[in-house]
Amino acid sequence: MATIPLASAEAGAERARLGMWLFLATEAMFFGPLFFGYVHSRLADSAAFASGSHHMHFWLGTINTAVLLTSSFTMAISVHGKERIRGTLGLTFVLGAAFLLIKGYEYGSEIPEVLAAKGAEQVFYLLYFAMTGLHAIHLLIGLGLVAWLFLSAHGRRAGTPVEIVGLYWHFVDAVWLFLYPMFYLLERYSA
Amino acid sequence: MLYAAAITTFFFVGGAAATLIRLELATPASDLVSAETYNKLFTIHGVIMVWFFLIPSIPAVLGNFLVPLMVGAKDMAFPRLNLASWYLYVLGGIFTVATLLAGGVDTGWTFYTPYSTMFSNGAVLLAVCGVFVVGFSSILTGLNIIVTVHRLRAPGLTWFRLPLFVWANYATSLILLLATPVLAMTLVLVALERFFYVGVFDPSRGGDPLLFQHLFWFYSHPAVYIMVLPAMGVASEIIPCFARRPVFGYRFMAYAILAIASIGFLVWGHHMFVSGQSLYAGLVFSLLSFLVAIPSAIKVFNWTATLYKGSITFSAPMLYALGFVGLFTIGGMTGLFLASIALDVHLTDTYFVIAHFHYIMVGGSVMCYLGGIHFWWPKISGRMYPEGWGRAGALLIFFGFNLTFFPQYLLGWLGMPRRYHEYPPELQLLNVFSSAGAVVLALGYLLPLGYLGWSLFFGRKAPDNPWGATGLEWQTASPPPKHNFRDIPEVHAGPYGYDPAR
Repeated sequence: MATIPLASAEAGAERARLGMWLFLATEAMFFGPLFFGYVHSRLADSAAFASGSHHMHFWLGTINTAVLLTSSFTMAISVHGKERIRGTLGLTFVLGAAFLLIKGYEYGSEIPEVLAAKGAEQVFYLLYFAMTGLHAIHLLIGLGLVAWLFLSAHGRRAGTPVEIVGLYWHFVDAVWLFLYPMFYLLERYSA
Repeated sequence: MLYAAAITTFFFVGGAAATLIRLELATPASDLVSAETYNKLFTIHGVIMVWFFLIPSIPAVLGNFLVPLMVGAKDMAFPRLNLASWYLYVLGGIFTVATLLAGGVDTGWTFYTPYSTMFSNGAVLLAVCGVFVVGFSSILTGLNIIVTVHRLRAPGLTWFRLPLFVWANYATSLILLLATPVLAMTLVLVALERFFYVGVFDPSRGGDPLLFQHLFWFYSHPAVYIMVLPAMGVASEIIPCFARRPVFGYRFMAYAILAIASIGFLVWGHHMFVSGQSLYAGLVFSLLSFLVAIPSAIKVFNWTATLYKGSITFSAPMLYALGFVGLFTIGGMTGLFLASIALDVHLTDTYFVIAHFHYIMVGGSVMCYLGGIHFWWPKISGRMYPEGWGRAGALLIFFGFNLTFFPQYLLGWLGMPRRYHEYPPELQLLNVFSSAGAVVLALGYLLPLGYLGWSLFFGRKAPDNPWGATGLEWQTASPPPKHNFRDIPEVHAGPYGYDPAR
């Protein structure tokens, strides 16, 4: 492999890209125990998990999935755009914020059911809040990064910082693509 | 340097706890500390030594300094991230000290549930926060090392021209990156369960304590390799230098490092032979655990073969490295006892296990950490340490270590369980040996602290390459200038170009 002197911009971009991919590997393993815990607990008491998923707000979750996927689309346009990417970056921010608002409303309406839950259903709710909550925290960080791009000079034209934030944004999105079926869809129609 | 200072501090706090444990165990009865205090002592000893000393010791102190030098780079790939990682380490340390001030924890370093989530009255949340934060410090260090090795190698420095120390730290960083986040999330779950009183890990509330053990050991077994792989890297630098021979079977040494790192991810179940996992799982984990012995044995044989027909100098770093090879071999072989399910049922949670992992962690990692500190001391500080004192210290530590831990094998074989502060009187003789050894060991560790500190101010100025060693780090000034090299070096040959004739 050709080695690159420390100073060049392309070398910096290469390093940043590798660094972000490694960070995402860490992130995937960070979510890992929750996914493993979900599988393990679901196998132990699948009835409680099935009844838990009947308490989910199906339409809110589905709308949110669409909102988040669209935000990934506008992010991708920003990364591949040349000039004037402020518009799509702004749209990404708005969609991400909308997701969090809907999620917040959903959390609020679930509190009475959570307090009534017993036994393994409590485990279901703990995993639900831990996983979607961790996802929401990640999204909040993503919103901060997009806002920073929007306000700083990086928002004027696509470059390495936009690409790196884009990688992160898509990762957060991909996590939701697993969470949505796990909590909202699985066994919803079989029982 | 910041790392070195912080880590040394924690080493001596953890060491003080260990000394108190051994002093209590000098007599069969409970006299020095109460049962509760004893539990807190071994917990804090474990937490500090594992997460605040052993794991960051070689990668953070030596790795951050040496990896850029060895690959011919000006600095780490992300220098500011490196500093951030140090701040996280200190923040984690503050949490741990706060835990001590808040009365300590009594769960053991493993935080086993449901005790840690439901019953323990100690400051579990604080301790968990400390370990969580210091985990991210490790992850960032690992990330930095990987990017540095991938992207910043000097012209001509191909993968198979890298020194084995770099290979070892690279493999360690992969483990740090992929295993540590699992521990972090597991500890978050422990905290959530404790805080909200919901039982993911508690069978009476629909959870499963085995889930915790799986997740915990998925991290904590690879963590053993985080501790010992860098030590292997250090030994692989010191031994060829003082035997004046190239490392035997260089490529196999590199492959063995990667093999240990990857098999290490698949053996966590051998900590759970008696926890109620299925028999088939136990069989597979037992077999995989035996497999780790193969690359480990390759390394031991190759170090020995490197010595063959070499002209050996018994300097202080070499004494540490040879001590490491011997102690690691004993520790590794006794590991095979524990990988055998039938024997493990007898030996689980006895002093045999304690002795086994101290031979690997202390006999392995600490010996090599000290060996590495001596070997690169001239490069780091620009001063020579007093050689006579160095050799005396190495021998004292080797002697004290064996006196402390060898009797523990026998105690474990006789059935003395770990984590008890009292024991039957017939076991006293071996316990007295062990406690006496601990005192010798403590003195042995204080010795380098004294003379290395002295040499910082009064030591002889070090030449650029006092050992006549190969390796890019010896081709620059001692200590290195701000950007490591005046001109980026070019590499035309592999490492270890030692000529046995000279």
